[in-house]
Amino acid sequence: MARFIDKDTRVVVQGITGDQGRFHTRLMKEYGTRIVAGVTPGRGGQEAEGVPVYDTVREAQENHSIDAGIIFVPAPFALDAALESIEAELDPVVVITEGIPVRDSIELVARAKQKNVTVVGPNTPGVIKAGESKMGIMPAQVFKRGHVGVISRSGTLFYEIAAHITRAGLGQSTCVGLGGDPVVGLDYIDLLRWFQEDPETKAVALIGEIGGDAEERAAQFIKEGGFTKPVAAFIAGRAAVPGKRMGHAGAIIQGSTGTAKSKMDALSNAGVSVGELPGQVAVALREML
Amino acid sequence: MLKLLEYEAKEYFKKYGIPTPVGRMVESPEEARAFVESLGKPVVIKVQLPVGGRGKAGGVRFADTPEEAANVAEQLIGMTIKGLRVEKLYVEEKVNIVNEVYLGVTIDRDRKQYVVLASSEGGMDIEEVAACSPEKIVRFYVDPLIGLQSFHSNYIASKLGYRDGLMRKFASFVSKLFSLAVEMDAELTEINPLVEVEDGFLAADARLNVDNNALFRHKELETRLLESYQGELTEREMEARSQGLTYVELDGDIGIIGNGAGLTMATLDTVMLHGGKAANFLDLGGGATPERIRKAVEFVLGDTRTRALFVNILGGITRCDYTAEGIVEARRELGVSKPIVVRMMGTKEEEGKAILKDNGIESLDSMEEAAEQAVKLAGGTV
Repeated sequence: MARFIDKDTRVVVQGITGDQGRFHTRLMKEYGTRIVAGVTPGRGGQEAEGVPVYDTVREAQENHSIDAGIIFVPAPFALDAALESIEAELDPVVVITEGIPVRDSIELVARAKQKNVTVVGPNTPGVIKAGESKMGIMPAQVFKRGHVGVISRSGTLFYEIAAHITRAGLGQSTCVGLGGDPVVGLDYIDLLRWFQEDPETKAVALIGEIGGDAEERAAQFIKEGGFTKPVAAFIAGRAAVPGKRMGHAGAIIQGSTGTAKSKMDALSNAGVSVGELPGQVAVALREML
Repeated sequence: MLKLLEYEAKEYFKKYGIPTPVGRMVESPEEARAFVESLGKPVVIKVQLPVGGRGKAGGVRFADTPEEAANVAEQLIGMTIKGLRVEKLYVEEKVNIVNEVYLGVTIDRDRKQYVVLASSEGGMDIEEVAACSPEKIVRFYVDPLIGLQSFHSNYIASKLGYRDGLMRKFASFVSKLFSLAVEMDAELTEINPLVEVEDGFLAADARLNVDNNALFRHKELETRLLESYQGELTEREMEARSQGLTYVELDGDIGIIGNGAGLTMATLDTVMLHGGKAANFLDLGGGATPERIRKAVEFVLGDTRTRALFVNILGGITRCDYTAEGIVEARRELGVSKPIVVRMMGTKEEEGKAILKDNGIESLDSMEEAAEQAVKLAGGTV
């Protein structure tokens, strides 16, 4: 995995003329993101939020140097849009779209891997480098430049914990929302590997939730020495009732893993400080740094 | 996830050339009698409900003659299994079973691949087989860029111990089920049991659970979605669903509304840690309008068990002013005096807080303090 994003990353917005695409293009620009082009088929030649619009990514590339792509197009067209950015070898490709069929996500992720492109999402709040650039829909005001890397499956809980980290006087380096769908491009482990090498990250906040066993595998990775910086974690869903689906998507063929307890235990065993309340993550991080 | 009934799933099976016993869905003893008469064979009669365990509940019966079939149908229609009234039956020819096996296709989220599961231990709960004797299950992960090819199916069939003609027949079964799984956007499709008969295989049962997000590709199933929640959801959950709310009923007395699944779950956890119990989980999702928030607040406050309401909003794409408007409007319409605790932060926070203040509702900045307050107001242990 190459660099994520920074103030120099040049971004194309797919679906820039929709309500969400337009609104967040404005907010991203305000934050400092270099949005150089937008794409909406049939809207080529127009402008949106001061950004030139093209019919295809290819045409946008013929006119601009582009590093990365962010996708706001509706679910039925999201696979097509993502493959367009993947073929163009944009990196990362951030897929904000919610409600993409799992079959499409499987193909999207497999194609990205084949092209060696990083996909963030689908159904993600995106990625932000605090104080420099954001490719996503997260509220900018809760972030402040600092040294904590944040990895989260959930969106709003990610903002909650980022706000605590900011209030604790720590701030963030790079923060990534993995996405709430059953099949997404990145796992905790991919990001732990990245944060291990990232000189600006001194510690990591890992935010998980019930379902699947991604958190357990992250714990194993940490335990085996794959990640050596301090980690604090919060897992949502302790009060969840078995069999009632509250999270993003249910787990199948996972055996007995997937409960909040199994995740918290696995992380504790790996030496991670696991908070009972979201705010305790920031407290633990402050003590560790 | 849209769970189709056996007879519906079998319609799709037939489209994909998957052999099934001859059968028909009936809704009256007369229809059952007529079908068995035309079939001229003994039959099995199965209730069609979206819940498991129908056999143990007496929902699977046999009949040798048209009269017997009519009698059985008479008894089955109208009976209640797991709170659901039986209205439809599937009448199917009885087959001579040599052996029962299991075959399923599902998605492994961590590997990001489809997986084919096959086992010589058919007729049983596959989770149980997986737990007790994992060696009896063949798991085959499908490379998304290559797909399931014939040679893969041959491998699976051979691994199950089939040889010669049966190997080819079973492999063809696997290939067809996999095509159906992918093209129908199945999160899970399984045949349990898949019965080995004298000259091949038949799908004696059929399960097909379709990805809700893919219904735009399967328009004919869109109307089936709400219906499919029967048996799985409580009455209030069904009601919420029909209003477009993501709602789970719980057994406490503090109503919870949040935005985003993770934050809403964490809200429940925080209430629990402060000694309270949530009456529900309600996730507004992203970008709720004042109208949607009003509906949600009314729905939760309308629950007689709810003694206090805790609204927890972290506004990114959701606006705090809209949230405040929705809460105020709902309270005005309901005229209830149940305590409401609001915690909001983020987009349009100041505006939202001002609206609440003008209407005598306090809002807090900290989720933990707000949870504590909600527990206290509900008469909890704080």
